[in-house]
Order: sequence, then structure tokens, then C-alpha cells
Amino acid sequence: MKPKNGARTSTIGSRTRRDWEETTLRQTLESRPERKPSFTTVSSLPVERLCTPDDLKGWEPSRKLGFPGEPPFTRGVHPTMYRGRLWTMRQFAGFGTAEDTNRRFHYLLEHGQTGLSVAFDLPTLMGRDSDDPLAEGEVGREGVAIDTLADMEVLFKAIPLGRVSTSMTINAPAAVVLAMYLAVAEKQDVPLAALEGTVQNDILKEYIAQKEWIYPPAPSLRIITDMVAFCTDHVPKWNTISISGYHIREAGSTAAQELAFTLADGIGYVQACVDAGLDVDAFAPRLSFFFNSHNDFFEEIAKLRAARRMWCVIMRERFHAKSPRSWMLRTHVQTAGCSLTAQQPINNVVRVTIQALAAVLGGTQSLHTNALDETLALPTEDSARTALRTQQIVAEESGVANSVDPLAGSYFVESLTDRLEQEALDTIRRIDQIGGIVPAIEQGFPQREIAEASYLYQKQVDTGEKTVVGVNRFKEGDTMKASLLKIGPEVESGQLERLRSVRASRDRQRHARALEALEGAARTGTNLMPGILEAVRAYASVGEISGTLQKVFGTYREGRVPL
Amino acid sequence: MTGERKVRLLVGKVGLDGHDRGAKIIARALRDAGFEVIYTGLHQTPDMVVATAVQEDVDGIGLSLLSGAHNTIFPKLIRLLADKGGADIVVFGGGIIPEDDVPALRKAGVRMIFTPGTTTREVIDWVKANVPPRHR
Repeated sequence: MKPKNGARTSTIGSRTRRDWEETTLRQTLESRPERKPSFTTVSSLPVERLCTPDDLKGWEPSRKLGFPGEPPFTRGVHPTMYRGRLWTMRQFAGFGTAEDTNRRFHYLLEHGQTGLSVAFDLPTLMGRDSDDPLAEGEVGREGVAIDTLADMEVLFKAIPLGRVSTSMTINAPAAVVLAMYLAVAEKQDVPLAALEGTVQNDILKEYIAQKEWIYPPAPSLRIITDMVAFCTDHVPKWNTISISGYHIREAGSTAAQELAFTLADGIGYVQACVDAGLDVDAFAPRLSFFFNSHNDFFEEIAKLRAARRMWCVIMRERFHAKSPRSWMLRTHVQTAGCSLTAQQPINNVVRVTIQALAAVLGGTQSLHTNALDETLALPTEDSARTALRTQQIVAEESGVANSVDPLAGSYFVESLTDRLEQEALDTIRRIDQIGGIVPAIEQGFPQREIAEASYLYQKQVDTGEKTVVGVNRFKEGDTMKASLLKIGPEVESGQLERLRSVRASRDRQRHARALEALEGAARTGTNLMPGILEAVRAYASVGEISGTLQKVFGTYREGRVPL
Repeated sequence: MTGERKVRLLVGKVGLDGHDRGAKIIARALRDAGFEVIYTGLHQTPDMVVATAVQEDVDGIGLSLLSGAHNTIFPKLIRLLADKGGADIVVFGGGIIPEDDVPALRKAGVRMIFTPGTTTREVIDWVKANVPPRHR
């Protein structure tokens, strides 16, 4: 896995690896060649036939491994890992109206899920109201539609916010949606300091991969640093940014690119907060991560282990953080949606199981397992339950949760961990040379690298160099018909009606005053969060608040996309 | 004019959906296969796509949709194309589109829907066979 032509001199008994290659191995290869001339990971990293102590020359356990709960956290952020507490099983859910999603939340909580996770529809994710012209046909379709606080009140009806932790997957308008959540908590008389949860709030990966943006990078980073500062003071248990590689991988990156661009984004946020005058140890412990878990089992495990080690070094050496909690990379993982197939969809349960195992052996803190029908539509109740049961089987039956970081010391896993770290460090160095992640994004560097990797992978699948079972090998006649969740057109019309009625019934003067004050705060350097919170309480909509800020901050436009 | 004119294609992303991995792969594969390809970029409206298609005089339009808005967007696009004199432009698409929705889309005038797992070769071959140059 590493520069390799060094001497293969470590002995096992009296024999070196070279002895073995020249005798036993050669005889076998002469009579029976290997299946392929070379073997690679799903990301096209070369995979050696055999790893031995030679692959870990100069590898010091104290520097590379440590103990669980201690730097560099390669073995995990908790001393007892899953022996102490299992990972949080957090299934992402959201569709249709707030009532529909609220019902799904109650269902999932009753079936043993331990945290909520909200998916929003595209108009909400883009900071637009349901009656925006570009929202036509998309209201409530990929997630729940939220226009105003009134929708949020319904979404969390009869769910005690002081006793659940809620993850909200929202980025460009994250400050607005968080403010709505805080306003619901106020109405439930839950103190803000008791709230636990996460907003994704990772705008940099939007420019790189997911493409759900509103403002240009600089004002976007200001909104984020304002929110981080506000939460540090008022909502101390809230995870303020979930720095996400998931979407970068879904857009077609390799595992090493996912690792590199995610940590580079993390460096970008920490630098922005430090530049805004925040104390690194005051906010860094509330940063968390979100990685993908794809099919290549060991590569994914190695990626997560490398991520923890790298972040620890970055926080200590680049940002001089003093608190061990600032050095810890805590992460959520979701299995790879892009790895699932529409053909023979039941096979997806098997893929998800392998990916979930990798996430757990990689030491994740929480996990979403995809449902088998996700290439076709949002999950049904049945498929969502199977996805959750998959985690429960891994947790309770497989035995993998019983020992901490059981793959540590494997010549192969450790050398692959080193290799991913090295690849990612090289990419981060290139980003530093460009001047940081924001200029790199503006120049299209990560976008180009990912598009290249994604095109290469598609070609490998098309030519059969990479196997996808049921798609390019082991095909069957017809796609199995799954029973799919349907979102009817009445969701959109109902949501438009509710938005109209909120607009008609809210206190107009309070609404106008709040938006005016918010615009003023945007023009000066005042922290935006109190202004957003007041606008939300006045039932200003997501689109009205974003529109107010756009007057000051402008709108992001993607440059020409090279093919 | 000869019959040698290259077929011109517009590959588009309509609506708020930012999943552009498939669109970019298809656009690039079609270009590498010898077609002239224009990629619209993200966040287009059906009106914008139709205006570009007419102005660029394309022979076919391929839309990639992963947002679930296909039942709204395709019929609208085809209506607008007919209004602007582009009724003979071949419209096809792909993305996350359940099989149950395909018959209605075909009826509305979408000539082909490619579902997940389609190879770039299949798309290229289909376009070669089904998207002729409009004028000679």
C-alpha cells in the first residue's frame, strides 16, 4: 500500500516475504494465475495481494494508533466504544406535509429509534417558499415542506424537544430552520440550553457537490460563524456544523477525495470562526462530521480511522486547540445511496448490511442505513423498518460491537489507513497552495476532481471492469416491482393553502419590523441570529427571510460547468 | 446542406434539484460519442430550457430529474416546445423515475425514460437510432 519496493525483510519464523514469493507463491501462480492482473478498491486504489510487517515499517503504534478515547483517536473517540453505548440509530425521514412527517417520527420513536432526523423538501433547502415559481412540482416531494414556524410547530407536535435529539439536514437556510426549532422549544417551555441536535449547516460542500445554495461563499460563512457564536453562548449542546463528505461521495468522488475535501471544508470553517474572533476550544467540540459508507469494506473502515487521526493532528497543530474534545472527530455515517440498484432491489439490503458493518467497524457515532427502495423513491414504512432492523442485527447479533476497534493492527487495514491519510494530505496540500478551500471552490478544483472520478467510475462499470451485481453481471429479466411511497399533488396544494393562511393571519407590523431589523443587522456586523429568531417568531417565511438577506448578500451563481 | 450535420443535443437540469452527477456523465459521454452537446447547468425552468433549445437549434433534449418533479416538468416542457415550434425535437430523460410513472410520461410525448443502471452506451445507441438531425 505504501512506497513498497523497500526491502521485504521482516521475517516470520526464518522466512521473509520474498522467500515466500519466490517459492510457494510462484509455484501457485504458475499453475493457477490470479483472477485479474491487478486488484483495486472501488475508488481504484491498488490493493496488494498480501500485507505483512513490511507494510508497517516505521509505523509507531503510539503515534498512529494510541488507545481508544485518547489521541490520535484512530481507535475511536470513546474508551469503551459500543460496549458502553451503541451508536445512535438515526433514520432520516421526511416527506409530504409536516403532519405526514410528524406521524412517521412518532412511528419511528415507537419502534426503537433513538434520534430524529429531518429531511426537508427542495424548496425549503434552497430557502424558497412553496409558492416560488421554481418550487412547482417539488413541494413535499423529497422531504417535508417548511415555510413558516406554523409548519415547524406541526412537525414536532407532541414530541418533547427536551428529550429527543434532532438532526436537521439543511444548509443554506440552516440558521432560519434552527431558529424555528428554537422557537418551537420556547413554546414548549424547554430551555435552549437543554436542546440537543445537529444542523448540517455545511455550505462549502453545497458548492462542491450538492448544489443547494443561496448566497455567495463569504456571506454564507458569516451566517455560519454568527450561528456558531450564538449557539456557543445559548444552545451549548447543539452541534453547529455537520461537515459532510456524504454528498461529495454521492457526487462521484473517491474515498480519498471524500476524506480530503471534507477535512478541507472543516479547516475552512474552523479558520472562519477563529478569524471571526471565536476561541477555538469554545466551538470546536460542537463540530461534527458526516461520512458516506460505500461498498468497499476495508477502504471505508480505513477512511473513518484515518479521518479521526487527521482531524486530531489538524486541530492540535494547525489551530493549536488545547481541549481534547476539540481534537475528536465525531461522525455520523450514512450508507451509500449511489451504490444501490434499481435492479433486483432486495440485493440492496445486503449492500446496506456490508456498508453498515464498515461504518461500525470504522467507529461511527450514529448511522443511517438506506432502505432498499431508495433508488426508486422515498422509503415506505416497511422498507424503512427493514433498514432499521439491519442496524439492530449488526448491533445485537453480529458480535462486532463487543470489542473496541477490532481491526487495529491488521497489516492490511493499518497500511490502507495510512494510504488514505497520505492521499488526502496531498490533496489538502494542493488546496492550501490555492489559498484555501473557498478559492479552490471558486476555481472549480474540487468540482473538477470529483467529476473526473465519477466519469472514470461510470466507464469502469460500463466496460465491466467494476462489477455491479444485477446491473452489469448476474442480470435478470425484469426489475422487481417494489411498492413505492407516493406523494400526491394534494400535498402541494395543501401546503400553498396553509402558507396563504399564515400570511393572512400573522401580525403584519411585527413581521415588517422584524424583517427590517434583520436587513439592518445584515448591513452592519451585528450577529444575525437574534434578528432571524425574531423574524421566525413573527411567522416570516423561509423565503421572506432568505430574500431579505439576499438584498444585502447577493445570490450565488455557479460558473460555467466544464464537461 | 449535407446529411453529415452533427446531431445537437441539450442536456438539462430543471427545477431546484442539484443532483448533477448523472447529467454531467451523460453529457460528457454523448460528447465523447461525437454529438454536439450543450449542458444547461442547474436550476433551469422549462421556459429557459425551451428558449435555449430553440435558439441553439437542437435535435434532442435530455433532462435528468432526481427530485420527483418529473410528472410536472416533462409535460410542461413538451407543451412549451410545441408552442415555440419545437414539436419535432425529441425529448428523453432519466433519473429517479418510478416505472409506474413511465406510461403517462410516454403518452405526454417523452420518447424514452432511462432508469438507474442504464449504461452510457445504451443511451448513446438509443440517441443514434432515435434522434435524427431536424433539418438537412
